[in-house]
Amino acid sequence: MSGLDNVRRGRDLTPYFRFGRRAGPRRRHEDEKPLPLGRQIALQLILIGISFTVLFPVLWIFSISVDSRGLFRPDGLNLIPPSVTLDAYTKVLTQPTSNPISFWGLAFNSLKIATLSSFIAVLFGITAAYAFSRLHFRGREALMIGILGVLMLPAVATITPLYILLNQFHIEFGSLSFNLRASLLGVSLAIVSSQLPFAIWNLKGYLDTIPKDLEEAGAVDGASQNQIFTKIVLPLATPAIAVTGFLGFLGGWTEYIVTYMFIHGTVNDWTLSVALNSMVGQFARNTPWSEFAAFAILFAVPVSVVFFVFQRYLVGGLAVGGVKG
Amino acid sequence: MATSTAVLPPRKKPRQWRRSASPYMYLVPAFIVMAVITVYPLLYQVWMSFTDFGLKNFNQANKVPPNFVGLDNYVRIAGSKLQIPNFEFPRLILFNLWWAFSNVVIHVVLGVLVAVLLNTKGLLFRGFYRALFILPVVIPPLIVATVWRNMFTPDGGAINYFLQAIGGVFGIPSDAPGLNLDWLRQPDDPIPFIPLPLAYFAMLTANTWLGWPLNSVVATGALQSIPGDLYEAAEMDGANWWQKFRTVTIPFLRPAMLPYAIYGFVITFNLFVLSYFMTGGEPFGRTEILVTQAYRLVNERQLYGVAAAFCVYLFFLLLAVTLVTNKLAKATKSYAD
Repeated sequence: MSGLDNVRRGRDLTPYFRFGRRAGPRRRHEDEKPLPLGRQIALQLILIGISFTVLFPVLWIFSISVDSRGLFRPDGLNLIPPSVTLDAYTKVLTQPTSNPISFWGLAFNSLKIATLSSFIAVLFGITAAYAFSRLHFRGREALMIGILGVLMLPAVATITPLYILLNQFHIEFGSLSFNLRASLLGVSLAIVSSQLPFAIWNLKGYLDTIPKDLEEAGAVDGASQNQIFTKIVLPLATPAIAVTGFLGFLGGWTEYIVTYMFIHGTVNDWTLSVALNSMVGQFARNTPWSEFAAFAILFAVPVSVVFFVFQRYLVGGLAVGGVKG
Repeated sequence: MATSTAVLPPRKKPRQWRRSASPYMYLVPAFIVMAVITVYPLLYQVWMSFTDFGLKNFNQANKVPPNFVGLDNYVRIAGSKLQIPNFEFPRLILFNLWWAFSNVVIHVVLGVLVAVLLNTKGLLFRGFYRALFILPVVIPPLIVATVWRNMFTPDGGAINYFLQAIGGVFGIPSDAPGLNLDWLRQPDDPIPFIPLPLAYFAMLTANTWLGWPLNSVVATGALQSIPGDLYEAAEMDGANWWQKFRTVTIPFLRPAMLPYAIYGFVITFNLFVLSYFMTGGEPFGRTEILVTQAYRLVNERQLYGVAAAFCVYLFFLLLAVTLVTNKLAKATKSYAD
């Protein structure tokens, strides 16, 4: 799988994002002779067509969400609504489903799962990634293949044992008393099961690209292994930690499989993804599409905007498992 | 410097010991966590697969140990003898393999074509298109799946309205049956000699929308590493567009695209969200894939023992897929790599 490294490194993908002003260094290589007009128009037409297919679902959902007629079901292919209202958003923010929990409540639960699981995964992942990237020890290759193997397994492969395992713990902490399985903490721990291998793999990939010179210089100056790690490697790896953390966050933010199985009985612990599922499918005959659309947009926008802004750094990592089901 | 070398010799021994021990110190935290929440559950799953573990064994207050049933779960799965409707194991595997394969082929071809198109010298607004085409990548797949489900719904969905709009141009009335398709549930296959339901084509459309842009990103990276002289040399030899594409572009794209295609295969093979949220396995479980079926066994049927055996099958299938694709990738490796 060593060839995978070509894909996952942001390095190889950066030319894709080198457009507009940033095109600088490449410009002198390609003598930009203008295309013949006919061909330019033909290509532009093709690209406009592709743009339309890419944009259509987004525009469609957006126009349903703001349509002032409060569409229960759209009655035609109107991408531009007659007039605009934010009623659907207001409704969804106060109570998106028939259950007494607001959008903010759901979002806060998703936020807890996403933050906690990605934090734990990165915290434990970074030291392991450092060992795999820099230190020589017996069984390194075999362990790394093992981690890759676990990384490829779908989440459903460990879900029942995790349920049983976490169900045995009853947490008593001051006034708090809860079953670990039926809690957001338990869900986060279960999600770490698939996020930790990804974090190790992704962080190792980045650490491999950092030149060893600085660490060698540190070693010559008498720094211990721990000092090299905390004073040299960690600061250099900060962007990688941020990227891995965000990709883990993204997984936790939209996690459904574990969350639904562990906590769907407790409405107060519902997350955005569990609520979204109750707005589509066979339970959703009574959900107006305007509300579904507004909910989907509110759900997607925070992470999508961050992703869009930092895409140069994120896409490489995504190629390896950010989209784990 | 001088002082540190002076101090070094007496400390040499403990230091060396620490050197060799430290890798394990760095690994231990992660490995303890993984041992508890990854390795132990996997082994537990293997043990469960030989039992009739069910809802009765879940009871906290009154624990009953499950019965050992040997290979019964495996035999029943392989023989499609489960007490659940629409379960045919060979069909499920074939569909899942075909689902992953067809998607990856489309993603790679479209991704490369768009990347080549956007790499045309002198093309206007390239940066704009590249920024726009990243859109499907940044939206969470869960939301993409639910949005496409609504778009394909016969009652108010965009796709049928779209077909009707096109039909209207040719004077076909908007209530013609061909323009009001029951995309996600229609039991009859749309193409008589291809045993794939209409829902498969709906899923394929949604996943094509979702999948090609990332391939395009990878292909663009590879395209820009091709030295321009090669094309000039080919032009001097009188090569036409297709010859240049075949002899220069493809050999350079291969090493970048192949590993990504393999990975894309595994990702698509396990792509839970589209099957689960878009078609829900309809019609009659024919767009179910292995992971969604496994989840249903756990979550809807509470057949934990069977589900465990199912996951063991899934594991070996994934292993086989990885080994075969890796072998194929190596066997077809060209000298340009």
